Formats: sequence, C-alpha cells, structure tokens
Amino acid sequence: MATRALPNWRKLLRTARQHTGHAMLDRRHVYILPTRSGLLFGLLLLGMLLGAINYSLSLGFVLTFWLVGLGVVAMLHTWRNLAHLAITPGRTAPVFAGEPAVFRFILADRHHRARYAIGLKHGNDPPVLGDVPAGSTTEIALALPTPRRGWLRPGRITVFTQFPLGLFHAWGYVELEAACLVYPRPAPPGTPLPRFSLQAAARGRHATEGDEDFSGLRGYRTGDSMRRIDWKSSAREQGLYTKEFQGQGRHLLWLDWEMAAGRDTESRLALLARWALDAHAAGLAFGLRLPATEIPPGQGEAHLQACLRALALFGEAP
Amino acid sequence: MSEAPRLSLIRWLLFALGLALLPHFAHLVSWVPLLALGLGLWRYRLAATRRPLPGTWLLLPLTLAVAAGILVSYGGLFGRDAGVALLVLMTALKTLEAKSRRDFTLTVYLGYFLCICAFLFSQSIPLAAYMPLPLLALTATLVGINHTDGALEGVLRFRLAGAMLLQAVPVMLALFVLFPRVPGPLWGIPQDTARGVTGLSDDMSPGSISALSRSDAVAFRAIFRGAPPPSATLYWRGPVLWNFDGRTWRAGERPIPLPGPAYQAEGPPVEYTVTLEPHHKPWLFLLDLPAKVPGIGVLTTDYQALARQPVRQRLRYEAASHLEYREASRLDAHTRARALQLPPYGNPRARQLAERWRAENGDPLAIIRQALALYNAEFTYTLTPPPLGASPVDGFLFDTRKGFCEHFAGSFVFLMRAAGIPARVVTGYQGGQANPLGDYLIVRQSDAHAWAEVWLEERGWMRIDPTAAVAPQRVELGVAAALPAGEPLPALARMEMTWLKRLELGWDAVNNGWNQWVLGYNQQRQMEFLARLSGSRPEWGDMALWLTGLLTLVVGASAALLLRPGWPAQDPAQRAWRRFQNRLARAGMPPRPAEGPRDFTERAARQLPRSQQQIRQIGTLYLQLRYGGLPDHDGIARLQRLVRQFHPR
Repeated sequence: MATRALPNWRKLLRTARQHTGHAMLDRRHVYILPTRSGLLFGLLLLGMLLGAINYSLSLGFVLTFWLVGLGVVAMLHTWRNLAHLAITPGRTAPVFAGEPAVFRFILADRHHRARYAIGLKHGNDPPVLGDVPAGSTTEIALALPTPRRGWLRPGRITVFTQFPLGLFHAWGYVELEAACLVYPRPAPPGTPLPRFSLQAAARGRHATEGDEDFSGLRGYRTGDSMRRIDWKSSAREQGLYTKEFQGQGRHLLWLDWEMAAGRDTESRLALLARWALDAHAAGLAFGLRLPATEIPPGQGEAHLQACLRALALFGEAP
Repeated sequence: MSEAPRLSLIRWLLFALGLALLPHFAHLVSWVPLLALGLGLWRYRLAATRRPLPGTWLLLPLTLAVAAGILVSYGGLFGRDAGVALLVLMTALKTLEAKSRRDFTLTVYLGYFLCICAFLFSQSIPLAAYMPLPLLALTATLVGINHTDGALEGVLRFRLAGAMLLQAVPVMLALFVLFPRVPGPLWGIPQDTARGVTGLSDDMSPGSISALSRSDAVAFRAIFRGAPPPSATLYWRGPVLWNFDGRTWRAGERPIPLPGPAYQAEGPPVEYTVTLEPHHKPWLFLLDLPAKVPGIGVLTTDYQALARQPVRQRLRYEAASHLEYREASRLDAHTRARALQLPPYGNPRARQLAERWRAENGDPLAIIRQALALYNAEFTYTLTPPPLGASPVDGFLFDTRKGFCEHFAGSFVFLMRAAGIPARVVTGYQGGQANPLGDYLIVRQSDAHAWAEVWLEERGWMRIDPTAAVAPQRVELGVAAALPAGEPLPALARMEMTWLKRLELGWDAVNNGWNQWVLGYNQQRQMEFLARLSGSRPEWGDMALWLTGLLTLVVGASAALLLRPGWPAQDPAQRAWRRFQNRLARAGMPPRPAEGPRDFTERAARQLPRSQQQIRQIGTLYLQLRYGGLPDHDGIARLQRLVRQFHPR
C-alpha cells in the first residue's frame, strides 16, 4: 500500500515531535509523495501527451491536460484530507504479555470537512483505516504486539491517506503520550497455589473450624477431606482447593517472591501472576510480597489489578 | 489492502468502461465492441453470483483468439485501427482477471486511454460534449477503489469526482493555451488515417468528379478580407493535369517550383484565409494566380500551391491572389510538347473535328469559340451521364452529349490539343456557399470542378471553362442551380434555403469556430494568440515563463480555496434554533455561554410571560428534534413555522 520507494530518505524526514496530550497534523508536518499508482498515472499522461502531439489531436491535448489538472487537484485533496487532523490517545486497557495491546486513537476533524480512508500504521504492521465525519471524531484502534511486560509505548505512529484517487500518499508522524501496561505473561495453569502461610494459625482461629456456611476456598493440603475439595476449580485446571466454611479460620494467602525461588526473574513474575489470577478466581484474599514492594492482602478486581501492575513494573523505574 | 472490492464498485467500473467504449462502436469492426461488451457482462455476472474468475487456462487461449480475430479483421495488429481494437479487447479481458485494488486502478487507467483513443477518429463537438461522462464515471470509480472498503456512497463518489474534475479545469485551460505545441508527427503516422477521406484525387477520368459531387463534406472554408469576389470568379486551383492516356488525365511529371512571377497583375490582390480540412494530399487550394503563397507551401510552374508535407491535419493559411492579370509566360519546347501530348491513337472523330476547325480558321481564338459554341448548342450538363465506351471523348462529343465538368474539360483540352493549341486540365473547386451566419465561404466536395487552360501567343495561359458554355449558372450560382431537378445532389449543396439548411449553416458556423479555436489551436495559432496578448512574438523562453507563472497562480488559487476550513454543517433544526435565539437576543435576552437549550427556554419563559407558551413549545420541540434521535421532517417544518411566527413580546 505505502510507497516504499525511499525509506531511508523518509527516515531523514522523521520530524515527529514528542507530543504530549494530543497531536495536530499541521501544515508543516504533512508530507506527500506520489504512489506507485501515481507514477503509473504520470506515465499514462506522458503516453497520452505524445499521442496527442503525434496525431495533432487538439481534444487529446484537452483530455491529457484535464487529467494533469485532476492529478494536481488530487494532490491537494489528499493533502487536505490529512492536514489539520487532530489525534488524541484514547483509553488503553492493560493486557498480558503476548496478547495484543489495543491502542485507541481518536481522530478529530475541526475543519468541518469529512476525511475519508485515514490510515494509522505502526512500524510495518498492516494499517487500520477509518473515516472521520465532518466536525466529528472517529476512533481507530491499533493492536500492537506485546513481547514483554512493562509499559508499552507505541512510539511513532504514521497517519496516512491516499484518498481520493490513490495517486499520492500523504503522511505525518505522531508520537503520543499513550502507554499500555503489559502484565507479565502468566505461567501456564496447573501450578498449585503455595501453602498458606502461618499467619492464620497465629490468629488462633484454626480450632473453630466447623461445617457451617461456605465462606471461600483455600489451597489443598494433604489430609483435607475429599468431600471438601472444590472439584469445579480443579476442573478448570486451577489447582486443588479445599472449601472453607463459616467458622473455619480465614486464611490469608501471601504470594511471596521467595516462594517462586529457583527460577529466573521473568519466570518468577509469571508464576506470581498465575497465582494472583488463580487466587482471584478462587475468591481468596491474598497479598503480594516483592523485594521492593508489598501489597497488603485484599480481594477484588482492583486489588488484582494493583498486584499485576506491581508485577508488570517489577524492576522498572517507577 | 488487496481485499476484493465490492460488487457495486465492480458494477460502476464496468459501467464507466462501457461509457468509454461507446464512441468506439462508430469505427470498430462490429464484433470487437460487441465482444468487449459481452466480456464485461460476463465479468459482472461472475461477480454478482460470487463465482471465481476464469483462470489462465481460459484467458490465455481467449487472448490469442482475440489477437487472431483482429489480425484477420484488420490485417495486422499494429496501426491505429487495429491498435485501438486491440486496446478495447485487452481492457475487457483485463477486467476478467482484475481482482485486487491495483488491477482495478489499472483498468480505470485503460479506460482513460480508451477515451483519448476515441478522438483519433472524431473530434466533433458532440463527442467532445459526451466525453466528460465517461471521465466522471471513471474518476468516481477510482475514488471508490481508494476508499477504505469501497463502501463510500455512490452519490458522494460522484460528487467528489465531479468537484475534482471541475477544479481541474483551470489547470487544463492554462496548459491548453500555453503548453508549447510541438507540430506532429513525432513518429510515422500510419497510413490508415487517410482512409475514407473524400477529396480530389490526382487523376481525372469520366465520372470521377461527378462522384465527388455527391458528397457534401466540407473541403475548406474561406474568409475574405473585404467583400468576397463574385462567385463566378472563384476558381480554387488544385492539381493540374497534363497527361492523357485516352481515358484518364494525370499530372505526369513532378511539378517544379516557379523561379519567379511570370504575370502582370491588373488590379489589387484579393486577400483571404483558408481553413483546409485534411485531405492527405499536398495541395493548397488558392484562387487563380497567387500573389502570396503561405509559408508552408511553394508555387509550381503551373501555378499549383503545394505544401511540403501532405495536409494531415486541419490547416489554416493566409494567401492573396490576383483574379485580374495578364499571364505572359513563354512555352519552352518541353512544356509545349507536354501541353500538346495526345495518345497516338483513339478517338478519331474528335481528332477529325479539330483538324477540320484548324483547316477552316487557323486562329486559336476562333477554334476555341467554335468548340464552346458546339457545347453550348447541343450538350446537356448532368450529374448522371450515360456510360462511355472505349473511346470516351468520341462517345461524349458525338453520341451521348451529356456530361459533368470533367467530360467538358477533358474533351475540350483533347480538341484543343488535336487542333494544335497547347492546353491542360485544371481541377479544383469552383464557387462555394456563403454562410451568412459566420461571414465565411464554405466550399464543399460538391463544389469540385474541372476546367481547361489554353496557352495563346501573347496572352499566355488563359482559363477557359467549357462547363460555363453549357451551364453558365454552374459558375455563377453553383452546381445546384445548373443541374435539372431530380439530380442526385446532396441536400446541403441544393439551392433552397429551407429551415433545415439554415440550421445546418448555423451548425456549420459553430463547427467553424470550434475548428478555428479548439481543434485548430496549433503552434501557429498559439503564437498568433500570444503575440496578440503580449504585443510581440513570444519566444520559447517567454512561453515557459508564462506557463510557469500562470500554473503557479492557478494551482496556488486552487490550493488556497481547497485548503481553507469548510463551513460547519448545521441541520435545519439547529438553524431554526439559532434564529429563535437571535430573536430573543434582539429582545434583550442573549443566550449565556454555559446555558443549554432547556435552561435558556426556562429563563426566557420566565422573563417573557406573555410569550411563555410559544417559547416552551419551541424549546420542547427543538430538544425533541435535536436529541430525540430519529429524523423528523414534519417536526422540523413545525419548528421552522413556530420560529417564523415567534415575536417576543
């Protein structure tokens, strides 16, 4: 789609400035070059011109020059299709490494002119195209690969268009302050949750274990009654859990960096992420202890996100 | 981005190509455009039924078969006609393998090329008026191809394509007027461009000019500076024929350029401008003895004006001629021999008659008078003479006695030569039809004529028109006046000034302007035009400068117009609301910046209790229309009426 005629030269033209909140493709930052189709069109016009000269066709000249004019006008149209387009980053949801990070960009027209077939492109990925109605906005989502955990910044995004005639490729670069948090890729399911730490015992509620109301799950310990095993979660391959009932002591699960010892850093983080997910799915309260961070035990979606965030940003400058 | 474009796009592409194909029906061998049409319909059918396109196993033999068909029909694959036929069919075949966006773009380009190829065969006003149609359809298709998924509305595509074509017109005009015209051809013009052009030929035999007289095609048009001379004096000289083989008159030797003038003018020259239709022969038709020969031609010893190249395009030239003169050239022995040449045998009765005249009275003038008297007494002027046998001169002079100008001119020169008077046949055109609507003279093929010139001692070459002896109206009023009713003359050459003919003359005047200013806008015309603009003859450098300047101006202006921000589109409800707000503002209640329609209405209703009901009604209706979701034309009309009737009190 894009002309790849002068990639190196284009690198030299790279003048995308670091934008903060939003970017406006102003006049000086929209570039334009003919596409391969455009060059072919030029060749066609040359052939038509030579034919008109050879056969002294006055109307041949008229037609040729009309198409030349059309080419010039197409250039202006392509250019204005892009010029003064405002781009703001939209909300980005965190993802696990390996899943595509979806960056949403909001393209806004403030010149009361409908823009058609505007494409966003990151690196050599296939572009995504959309229309912007006059005086309105459109959201275009770019899915970027997430090879590793941490903050993913899309960096330079190419905004381009070849509308209306495909003779010219107009483009501009934006570098927006968009970032997507990438959680570590969780270890494959099946690693059981570590045994409970002894905190619960210290609270001395172990003795009051009774068969009253169901209150939650805890990791399976040898000796637990077969009847209390939560087969549902084991069927989900989330490991073996034992159902706890009201009156049973509320055990607090600490997911500790040290528990995942014996592996490299990334594998440890992956394992911790898996545990956090499992614990969350099982409805357990858990805390996270990393060398520099400690998240007190808690439950719920927000808590899980906080833990995963800590894992994602482990070792990175805050 | 190579997903298959939508069906509607394919439909439009094929439709646009069909529009570009349409003018080619007029000149292509009929199976070619029909096959192209069939291939297009097949392509559409495949797309509509979502069936796969044919593979190479089918397309390749089909392509070869098409090429073979053209080879048979046109006798070759190259040359103008065969080339265009090939282009038409290859474009149709290309649609059958077009899948991707790139293929579709290429097909549209081929469509543009088809458009220009149509002009190779005709540059008439109707065709020129038609051409924007395929151009618009092709451009709209190109817009559709380049939209994200080809889903852009058809109306929008056409509106955008139309706007762009209109915006392209200034550039086109600037280039048309100022782009330096290089006179063609750059490479050889194929011979087939000359096919089917009617006009004088370089020989004359009985029936050749009467055949030409049935055509009302325009040979050339002429404008005189000052009053046009009388019709009877308008002898437009074409090829001069010297050699006679018993049936056909031919030019014989190659004409040689005239070293210097050999006549005395008796009166001022007539000045005129001729716009000559291409006839693919070198003759430039001038009146009698040219005083000024156009720069592109030379004058020969027998006073033919010949262009250095055959006239392949419409040619405009200025010339001046003397209609009153005294030719006083001397005949050298060689020329005298040519002017007395007769075949060694044949037509004995004519020879005997000439011998008898010479024996009776040796004076050439007396012999001429006798010959003319003979024609005048017993001959009939007709477009449909009876056929002549092996001795055409004898047959005409003594048996049939019915003939057209070539019979009279040919037999007259034969008689003169047989009587020992040097003579030659001159062909060309005589007279012409004045077009009162354009103040110019139309000379048609039906005005083709042949006459004789005899050389007399002391007098030099002198024109004798034996046809005038038979039918004087021919030279005074034109061929239609001289022929009896019922002769197969073309309608336009006839005398009656019917409304149809008036219409035709008007149309011819329009065509003449078109020819002069659009089709005939060549290097010469361009230079004249620019010289008139600037006051001096422009150089190439000046033209380049002007062109650059004008293009910069045109493109700059287009850019400025195109790139300014558009107007915010308001819906009718919003416009009515704005008017309502303005009325209230004039009544001293401007809307506050942070005030929505609801608050504004409430405040207004409170402040203007007397208009309270109306204000509430408008406010509710506006909110309903603007935020209610569904378009409601009745509601908008009601809102507009309410606002119109609203006068805050």
